[in-house]
Amino acid sequence: MFLSDSDLQAIWLTVRLASIVTAILLLVGTPIAWWLARTRSKWKGPIGAVVALPLVLPPSVLGFYLLLAMGPHGPVGYLTRELGIGPLPFTFWGLVLASVFYSLPFMVQPVQNAFEAIGDRPLEVAATLRAAPMDAFFSVALPLALPGFLTAAILTFAHTVGEFGVVLMIGGNIPGVTRVASVQIYDHVEALEYAQAHRLAAVMLMFSFLVLLALYAWRPNPKKAG
Amino acid sequence: MKSLKILLLHLCVLVIPESWGAEVNVAVAANFTGPMEKIASAFQKASGHKAVIAYGTVGKFYAQIKNDAPFEVLVSSDAETPSRLEKDGLAIPASRFTYAIGKLVLWSAKPGVVDDKGEVLKRGAFQHLALANPKMAVYGAAAVEVMNKLGVAAALESKFVLGESITQAYQFTASGNAELGFVALSQIYQDGRFAPGSYWLVPTELYPQLKQEAVLLVKGKNNAAAQALLTYLKSDAARQVIRAYGYEL
Repeated sequence: MFLSDSDLQAIWLTVRLASIVTAILLLVGTPIAWWLARTRSKWKGPIGAVVALPLVLPPSVLGFYLLLAMGPHGPVGYLTRELGIGPLPFTFWGLVLASVFYSLPFMVQPVQNAFEAIGDRPLEVAATLRAAPMDAFFSVALPLALPGFLTAAILTFAHTVGEFGVVLMIGGNIPGVTRVASVQIYDHVEALEYAQAHRLAAVMLMFSFLVLLALYAWRPNPKKAG
Repeated sequence: MKSLKILLLHLCVLVIPESWGAEVNVAVAANFTGPMEKIASAFQKASGHKAVIAYGTVGKFYAQIKNDAPFEVLVSSDAETPSRLEKDGLAIPASRFTYAIGKLVLWSAKPGVVDDKGEVLKRGAFQHLALANPKMAVYGAAAVEVMNKLGVAAALESKFVLGESITQAYQFTASGNAELGFVALSQIYQDGRFAPGSYWLVPTELYPQLKQEAVLLVKGKNNAAAQALLTYLKSDAARQVIRAYGYEL
């Protein structure tokens, strides 16, 4: 067998994590991107900066503070305990929450750019045709921004697959729960199992290349999309 | 033009080293972080040489050294890695020695969780037990050995959370995310005092001896500072620091 059972389990877990995170971020990131694209509020700068923070913060730093925040003495830990969910570190949903935060800019920024590229004109036209704001959003803005969504979704998915530092800090390396492919490769390397590490890394490399190829090959011509 | 000259002048000041003693690049196992900090600063005072230290897991250091990392001394958490490097021709034969014998502790940041006989493991009334990954860390392998001897390993396995190093096992436990964890005594013991919480000093007959060895690497062969550091590590002053962290010698 090319990959061991535990490698396959790690890959499956990674795909599941990335899919769920992408789905959640499509729902959460879109309103944020829309607001950032349309607002004239003085909060646009600060909120935009907060959204971009995970781009700058080292994942190990982010992971460490997420560990403290989600822990029994942290604010998120307090909240989840009060809600009866229990502590999040070392759980799959803990990873999901951390990844949503970590991958947020990869969803918000491309979608925001797409929304901004539409400009005011099409929405004003929709308004003169008596489209309600919600209607204009769904029937004018969304279809026009579709290429941006595609880019954002692929980037978010790929970025979550490539996540390592945050998972290492809050995951606890539990097979089938938090041991994703990147951590599995790291384990192989640390245990000097270089052959297994090479195989799994090759699979990751192929996957990443195909995802990016899809992104660049299928992205519609910006002139037509704009 | 003038401002450029001033800028260059400032840059020169920035790159002038503080002292003219030699430097030695050292890779140090995570569990030895506390004592190494003290030893390194005492070493600098005593010799004028500066130890530039990287802390981490020994598996990673091994891969880096094999790929030409600039480390001159390895202060390992095991005996296996230094001897493997020796076989690979990357360490100086006969420079290897045991600088400390590690001790394993079961520890909780909360008082009253861990009893002094380790019965808490048999009861299993907790959600998470932190340990270093047994595949790559000797302290993790020792922890699994202890649980095997007590006959509780299989029952507890689903509660394991694995740190990539003993440092992370400590972090998981100290932050309270894992109620208890197997850590190195050196992490929770200093100058005769234990960190707050509750602990069980695991009897040494329950796990294989945690011999920690240091070795001179080929890159440090001609560096006087590297030799001096290893000599200093054997000195009484260093041994005193090592003992103060609960290691045996």
